[in-house]
Amino acid sequence: MENTPISLTTIVTFLPIAGLIVVLFINREREDIIRWVTLGTAVITFLASLGMVAAFDASNPGLQLETYYNWIPGFNISYHVAVDGLSMLLVLLTTFIMPLAVLASFDPIKERVKLYYCMLLLIETAMLGVFVTQDLFLFYIFWEFTLVPMYFLIGIWGSENRVYAAIKFFLYTMAGSILMLLAILWLGVNGDTFNLPTLLEKLASGALVFPEGVEVLLFIGFFAAFAVKVPLWPFHSWLPDAHYEAPTAGSVILAGVLLKLGTYGFVRFNLPLFPQASIDLAPVVAALAVIGILYGAWVSYAQKDVKKLVAYSSVSHLGFVMLGIFALNAQGVQGGIMQMVNHGLSTGGLFLLVGMLYERRHTKLMADFGGIWKVMPLFGALSLIIVLSSMGLPGLNGFVGEFTILLGSMGSNFLAVGFTVFAAVGVILAAVYMLYMFGKVYMGPVIHPENERLPGLDWKEVAVLVPLIIMIFWIGLYPTPFFGMMDSSVDALVTPYTAPGGSVTAAPELAPAPVAAGEAASVGLAPGY
Amino acid sequence: MEVFDLVPLIVFIPIAGLLLNAWIGRYLSEKGIAWIACGAAGLSFLVAVALGLGLAGGSEGKIVPIVDWIKLPAVGVDIPWAMRVDTLSVTMMLAVAGVGTLIHIYAVGYMHGDARFGRFFIYMNLFLASMLLLVTGNNFLVLFVGWELVGLCSFLLIGFWLHRDAPDPETGIIGGIKNTNAAKKAFIVNRVGDFGFILAILLIWWTFGTLDFGPIQGAAHAAGHEEVAAGEVHEAAPESAPGGEAVAPVTPEGVCQPTGEGVFPMAEAFMAAGCNVKLGSAEVPIGTLIVVVTLLMLVGVTGKSAQIPLFVWLPDAMAGPTPVSALIHAATMVTAGVYLVTRNNVLYEAARGVNILPFGLSPPDIVALVGAITAFMAGTIAVAQWDIKRVLAYSTISQLGFMVAAVGLGGYVAGMFHLVTHAFFKALLFLAAGSVIHGVEHGAHHAHEHGTHEARTFGYREGVLDPQDMRNMGGLRRRMPVTFWVYVIGALALAGIFPFAGFWSKDEILLDAFLRGSEYGDPTGWLVLILLIGAAAFTAFYMGRQVFMIFFGAPRTQAAGHASENPPIMTYPLIVLAALSTLGGLLNVPGLHPFGTWLEQSVPHAHTADFNVLLALVALAIAGVAVALAVVIYYMRPALTSDGLDRLQRPLGPLWTFLHRKWLWDEAYHNAVIRPFNALGGLLAHLDVRYLRDGLDQGLYGGFNRIAAFLGGDFDLGIIDRVVNGVGRVTQQLAGQARHLQTGYVRNYALSVMLGVLAVLLILLLPLLFGQ
Repeated sequence: MENTPISLTTIVTFLPIAGLIVVLFINREREDIIRWVTLGTAVITFLASLGMVAAFDASNPGLQLETYYNWIPGFNISYHVAVDGLSMLLVLLTTFIMPLAVLASFDPIKERVKLYYCMLLLIETAMLGVFVTQDLFLFYIFWEFTLVPMYFLIGIWGSENRVYAAIKFFLYTMAGSILMLLAILWLGVNGDTFNLPTLLEKLASGALVFPEGVEVLLFIGFFAAFAVKVPLWPFHSWLPDAHYEAPTAGSVILAGVLLKLGTYGFVRFNLPLFPQASIDLAPVVAALAVIGILYGAWVSYAQKDVKKLVAYSSVSHLGFVMLGIFALNAQGVQGGIMQMVNHGLSTGGLFLLVGMLYERRHTKLMADFGGIWKVMPLFGALSLIIVLSSMGLPGLNGFVGEFTILLGSMGSNFLAVGFTVFAAVGVILAAVYMLYMFGKVYMGPVIHPENERLPGLDWKEVAVLVPLIIMIFWIGLYPTPFFGMMDSSVDALVTPYTAPGGSVTAAPELAPAPVAAGEAASVGLAPGY
Repeated sequence: MEVFDLVPLIVFIPIAGLLLNAWIGRYLSEKGIAWIACGAAGLSFLVAVALGLGLAGGSEGKIVPIVDWIKLPAVGVDIPWAMRVDTLSVTMMLAVAGVGTLIHIYAVGYMHGDARFGRFFIYMNLFLASMLLLVTGNNFLVLFVGWELVGLCSFLLIGFWLHRDAPDPETGIIGGIKNTNAAKKAFIVNRVGDFGFILAILLIWWTFGTLDFGPIQGAAHAAGHEEVAAGEVHEAAPESAPGGEAVAPVTPEGVCQPTGEGVFPMAEAFMAAGCNVKLGSAEVPIGTLIVVVTLLMLVGVTGKSAQIPLFVWLPDAMAGPTPVSALIHAATMVTAGVYLVTRNNVLYEAARGVNILPFGLSPPDIVALVGAITAFMAGTIAVAQWDIKRVLAYSTISQLGFMVAAVGLGGYVAGMFHLVTHAFFKALLFLAAGSVIHGVEHGAHHAHEHGTHEARTFGYREGVLDPQDMRNMGGLRRRMPVTFWVYVIGALALAGIFPFAGFWSKDEILLDAFLRGSEYGDPTGWLVLILLIGAAAFTAFYMGRQVFMIFFGAPRTQAAGHASENPPIMTYPLIVLAALSTLGGLLNVPGLHPFGTWLEQSVPHAHTADFNVLLALVALAIAGVAVALAVVIYYMRPALTSDGLDRLQRPLGPLWTFLHRKWLWDEAYHNAVIRPFNALGGLLAHLDVRYLRDGLDQGLYGGFNRIAAFLGGDFDLGIIDRVVNGVGRVTQQLAGQARHLQTGYVRNYALSVMLGVLAVLLILLLPLLFGQ
């Protein structure tokens, strides 16, 4: 495979590193300059990613804006980055969330400012790297690399129990990735390449065949890493601690982007690489997802602390995403990707709100609030929109994702109707716990005198929330361009799982031959190879 | 450009109104805010009138697409924002925007002086936009958006006085918390209903491959008008256009095949063909599927239209300001369920013929029974309430039961007719009740200023008199004459007394039940008829009780004695509504049935039966007897006993308490659902921390530490050291230094991972940066 010149994808991925280098040369005492340079870098990265959208051809299901470099030929390791419909939106989500996370840190972070912003820039590149990489080995590097800055973000700038939470986060997610590393090595050694499109091509042509039972094992290898990251029930126990202890921006990045690395991993690797195992295990994964939807919602409702409530709600929301992905049809997967974005916006927003409350009162207990809407009317109104978005109110973004996911799971060839019914119960529960929180914190009379004179939002806080709210309405009212961006790629991805055309009436083939499946997948994923 | 292309404005105008008020409202006086909000409502009504005139002029209506919404071209998902103008939707638009405008005007007076006056009208305009979206939506999902948004507005407006810190006179709960709880209850109970509705929508998509309702029904049915209809139909269903290649609705294997026509025409074709629906890997007969869909929709109806078993939120919703109760919880939002069943008349009538449920019941039978039982039960509860608004709330539930029963019986015209007349007289009653409450509050202020001492008031707690408690009223006839007269008109209309509006519409419902029993020999019809006649008798009785308790006898408190009539901005809308409640029966006057003919265009299963004098006389006689009973019990003697009890309280004993506490529904839900739910939630949260979190810590974190300790201790010291000892001192020192590296601190490991990765990255970057 020929080396290619540097593409926009590479530039966007490493722009934060460029900013990081600039920051390194700034005196640590000049904190304001550091803040603004970081913000500038994040904004430029976002603008550059809009350039990617402009150059992106949505009708092409394959990889675009590629950079290929034969990096370590001896081990068949390449530097190969590109975007397609599956990753484009997630790249945008990352570059969109980061400036908000940076701006939200301006006031709260007062210690070791330089190191802090370096960590933010590092994690942006790491996350972008995960979304754009097409080489398994490179993917693993970026994947592990995301842990490091997050570990420090939690461990240094977190709250009381930060060290405990950081270590747990680090060890738990790392333990999961070890199995993935083994699976990657198996593929790399037996396929003579770590390049994903080449591997898919080899699977399609029969040049690489999984021995009996190996496909499931490899699936589980990837599953271990991704399921912990998502987190899929019952692998979620690191999440509440990490969220609770992390600083606001850490929580926003964690919820907004980092958790999507897991769900994205399933879409990028498990579905195309292991179609038969995906089909066999779809009911199992979907069952865990649905349990997570109900369990996360229920446990969320029992919390006394706002931040924990929001953290557990992530388990519920990501259960929806997983259900959509393992519906294994275009509706489910598109809904799943859409919902990844939606969850990033609404849950990221919720963590920002919690941070703003915390900055004012230095408590996160719901019992310490009440009547906040009266004290901070603008904040109350903006909060309501984000809360409603999170509970899937039609007309806002959450509904579009949830509906499309449920549409997928209802018609899935591999999931019984019961999955959808129980998942839909989760929609009721979302109203229960979100309104419980909203009622306790925002509504009712002001019962604590300390809350009577809280300062209203300043310009930075407004500037952080308004972009989120614009996106919440945009996706809720007119998601067509966003679905359009992934339509063809997702269709190519799920072709092996659905009969030709994917029409309603087409006869479902329960067990397509793996070879035929891979062939169809590779047509979509790697037309250029 | 037809007049029908104006239909998006009916939603956009109120949205513009609310945005304007949200943006500049804070700089405006109450008057400015009121002009914007009422102006928006009034303009919407004018749009509805224009659309109505367009339809009356003989046109078939139109489907107006606005913009794409959820569109996944690869798999044929295409759910656009689109609106539908047909006689059914225009009927709803006229009722919603018309009554809505009057209530907006009234609210200007009612909310005068409230600190959040502007906020109130923002919510009211949002409600109007949402409700109008609900009734104009041309597919199930747009309808559902409106359906949930009206629920949101309901939530916001029930909880409007969310910051009140005075305790509620009746319960002692702090006002704001009571409002908050009522608001949450409304939203969550409605979500339970929406759960059924959304599942129905998902099944509909997988059955028909679309969520569009289909071409305007009148066009599809009136075969002779094809030339006229083709233009309109074309946009909705290109496949069915003349000359196009028709898709067969069934494959040779007997599987239903969507033809792209829209849900209702396809439902008829599929039912006629008796095909099977592919759902995932399963195949379901179309009849079964339609039964399931219609029953799931019924779940949504019971939530939104406050029917058994989900009606419990509506009485509590009375915590909101009275104009809200009138607009949302009486006249418009709660009737959305009736609209939904009417809109889906094709599906319900298709399900009527499918016999798979026990006792030979079909989904529409169940709809009718739910409605009739609700009507009866709520009627009995209303008899034993003290709160003026709660009586009306139960009356609303009861009347909604009439409508739901009607559409369940196939009496779509009767149901819609009652929906419209009920919107008039129930809005009237609520607004008049608001006027009473306002008057009593004024009286209380007045009495307070003159230092008069209350001898005995009910619900009097911590200095707050409950102005809604009918025991605190009496004799208001003289103090508030306009309110009195309009209240009596509303009560007569509600009680179904000739010639007021309610008489005609209620009679049509009874007639439909009668015909269902006598002509079709359907026992459901008889059962519904008996329940509804019972409910009608209770209606006449409790309205009599209420009127006598409020307006007759001697004032029972100083507040009532000093009550005063309200300003014209509140009484004029009352007079308009009173006129409508008096004359509304003309809409579908027997012999001509203009309303029935009007609806036939959009409701294929609409029919109007001929007026039955005998049945009307029987119904009238029963209502008359009930009113007479009320006269004897509450008018001939003082309405309350000397110790402040209802005249019936002692004779009925525990039964009265049972009725007063709404058949113990709330208690049952509390014990059977809420408590277990809370307890299990707490238990799960505990287990989550105890086992998944801490248990895992012991496993993972503890295990890691043990390995680290083993490597750093036993292994390092015990084995390596011995080996090293054997090798020599120099190497031993090296090993000792190596030991320091294994500190057991993860941050050091993290740092080394980071350094390693940085090194790898550098390797990666260098060749890229410095040529290839």
